[in-house]
This record gives sequence, C-alpha cells and structure tokens, in this order.
Amino acid sequence: MLSQGKSLARPFFPVIVAKMGSTEQITSALQAWATVKFGPGVSVIDLKRLSGGASQETWAFGVTGNGHDRALILRRAPGGVSNARSSEAIGLAVEATLLSHAAEAGVPVPPVLGVSEAGTALGQAFIMDRISGETLGRKILRDEEFAEARNVLSRQCGEALARIHSIPTDGLPELPVSDGLSQLAKYEAIYRAFDLPRPVFELAISWLKANAPEPQPVVLVHGDFRLGNLMVAAEGLTSVLDWELAHIGDPREDIAWLCVNSWRFGHADKRVGGFGDLPDLLDAYAEAGGARFSPRDIDWWEMLGSLKWGIMCMIMYEAFRSGADPSVERAAIGRRVSETEIDLVNLLEGVREHA
Amino acid sequence: MHDAPSTAELVEAVKRFIDDTAAPQLTGHAAFHARVASNVLSTVLRELEQRPDAESSERARLVELLSADPGASLSSLNRTLCERIQSGDMDLSTDGLLDHLKTTTIAQLSVDQPHYSGLARALHPRG
Repeated sequence: MLSQGKSLARPFFPVIVAKMGSTEQITSALQAWATVKFGPGVSVIDLKRLSGGASQETWAFGVTGNGHDRALILRRAPGGVSNARSSEAIGLAVEATLLSHAAEAGVPVPPVLGVSEAGTALGQAFIMDRISGETLGRKILRDEEFAEARNVLSRQCGEALARIHSIPTDGLPELPVSDGLSQLAKYEAIYRAFDLPRPVFELAISWLKANAPEPQPVVLVHGDFRLGNLMVAAEGLTSVLDWELAHIGDPREDIAWLCVNSWRFGHADKRVGGFGDLPDLLDAYAEAGGARFSPRDIDWWEMLGSLKWGIMCMIMYEAFRSGADPSVERAAIGRRVSETEIDLVNLLEGVREHA
Repeated sequence: MHDAPSTAELVEAVKRFIDDTAAPQLTGHAAFHARVASNVLSTVLRELEQRPDAESSERARLVELLSADPGASLSSLNRTLCERIQSGDMDLSTDGLLDHLKTTTIAQLSVDQPHYSGLARALHPRG
C-alpha cells in the first residue's frame, strides 16, 4: 500500500493486478497518491522512465497545481513486482527506511514522501524528491562545472561515509550480514562454478585469504558507494543514492569500493573515485567520528573490490553464455573482465613492494 | 582455401556497414547496441592480428614457469597454473609468476580494452 512517509496509512488504492507497467496506469496511481498527499487540484505531469537502473525502474515526474510545483522520483520494482538483482539485495521498503535513517544521521539523501507495497496499483515502490545534479561519472570527472566539486568531494564522501557508519544498527530493519572473508568465499564459489580458470583471479584469491585484516566492529555499509550512485552538483555531493546493496559489515568495504579503479573512469591517478586523494577522505572520515584508517588499511578491500567487480562481469557474461540474454552487450562485457585483472596485477605489485 | 577477401577485410566491411549505414538510422537501445557491436568488431580485428603471437609467447612462458611438457595445450597449461596457485604451491613470492601474469594480462587487454587506464598504469608505473 502507499503510505505517507513512515505512517501506516490505510490502503486507498484498489488492488487491480499485480503486474502493471503502462505509463497511463502508473500516472493514474500517482495521481491518486498526489491528491491525498498534496490535496485536490494537483496534477501529475511529465512521467518519464529514466535510463539506467538495472533491477529497479526509476521514473521522473512532477506534481503541479494547488500551490505545488514538485519534481519527484518514483523507484519501483520492475512491473511493480520484486525482482532483486542479487540474492542479497534488500527490498524497496527497506531501502526507503534506510533513507529515513540516513537523513536523520545527516547523510545527504532525498526525502522519502511515500512507500507502496506489493499488490497495490504501483506495486513495490517508493516516491522521493528529485535532487538536481549529475550522476554520470565521466561528466563529474571531466566537466568544468564540477571543477570545484571535485576539490571538495573526497572530504564530503568521507563525512557522508562516517555518518552512514555511525547509524545505530539495532534500530534498523533486518539486513544481510557479510564480512570480507564471507564475501570472498561467496565470489570464489561463483567463479569456480563457471569453470573458466583465470590465473590472476587465483593469485588474488590466495593472497586475500592469506592476508585478511582483523575485522572491525560492524556498521551499516551502503554497499555500492561510488560514482554512478552519488548525485553531484557544482557545490559537491548532494545525494547518496541506490541503497539496494546495504548490509551489516566492515566500514573499510565502503571506503575501498569508492577507490576501485573501475569507478575512476580513466582518472587512475586519483585513488578516490578518480577525483581525490585517499588521505583527504580518511581525515574527513575520522574528523566526522569514524575510525582512523590509513591508506594501507584500504588495500586489502580495494583488491577484494576489483575481484568482486571482475566476477560480476563474468556473471553478466554468463547470461550470454547460458543463452539467457544473447545480446551483443552481454557478450562484450566478457571482454571487460581483463580490466579488473590488470587492476589486480597492479595492486598485487603494490603489496609485493610493501611486503 | 582462398583468403581474398581475408577475414579481417570481411570484418572491416561489416564494421563499416554498421558505422556508416546502419547506426545512423537507429535510435535508443538499438543505436546503443550498434555501437557495442562496432566495438566488438574492433576487438575481433585486434584479436586477429595479436592473438597468434601473444599466445605463442604465453605458452613459452608457461612451459618454463611450470617445467611443463612443451606439447601441452595452452588451456591445460593455464589450468595447471591455476591449480598450483590454488594449492599454495605458487604464490606472490614465486619467481617470475607475477611478471608472467602481468605480461599475459597486458597482451589480453591490448586486445580487449586498449584504452583502459589500468593498462597505461601497468605499462608506465609511477616512478
């Protein structure tokens, strides 16, 4: 059902069919919601499916009239029916709850205005404010309008991560729990099941197993904190998006994922996301209440991150190999696995020098 | 067998057709997939040119690294290498192992994604 914020409003949409998808149907469901939320006389306008979003539909729309002029976003399970992109992905209702907790902790996130459950006209979905800014990594790293943002983004990311990691976990909905070694075991099992031996992956797996760091106290981990999921405007970070892979785990995982070279979009000399230096992020993280880490503390996790992304590319290629998705795009991604192999080789050279 | 036109010439002709004729008439998802298809054909062209030499030097390095039978297939040599690493028989301290993997991966990426930033870093490490 569609509720107002976190309240348990009565269902006010007739249950029509579980799977709906046409623009007209979604507009009519949003119109009914907007009328309750903003009062009679408002209109839903300009509903448009946004590109991107592999597993969740993202729609932009506006509400106008009756003194309102709001730009909003609908995040919705495909066809309104839950179809998580992987076994550990959380549902949209949990994602909406996490956004509320993050907002309370001072993390820049879009305010959630409504949540809809399975079986309603919208299906599993939530509605949030549309924050202006850019998410495309290549533009953020290249365009002149983000020059100042790039200077402050490392510190802003450090602060945002410290705040996410400070959220008390006992008040959260139930989330998956995974530490570094359990993730390594999971991805190793997936890789072995493909029976496509890759010696670089073997060496990375062996080194990671032999050199696992002492675990840190567990925190709420965003799980996909990187360019692409960060909304950036001229003044810097305006919103942390896509909480679908949130879990309970090690804080270094989030810091390192932002450093994985696959997300530096060609700017390999800047370890943090292609825009910044890691000591700046780590200083801001500690000053905002996070633990004090050194760049070397992040190495193990960055190598795990590159390995995970390489195996995720193999998973996408497997969709082609199995015949599930015979598109040229799924075939081509199999030839991007070697990007993570060269990153792993570079990282292994780095740890060998420090050994 | 004849090779006029050669494999490379045939692939080049298809790539030109996609780039110059088909892609400009497509929009949206189909246009995106046409770009991907064109890039895939570029990969195929690089592979036709580079794979034979790259594989023969990869095989020579593996035979030496593993003290293996020179007649073994490349895939069986790589399988053996994976098993030795997994068993702990070879690791980061093994002479020549990381150098071999680096050379092999540089060759692979020169075919797959020659503009990837990690390749430039591997070829020109910071001082």
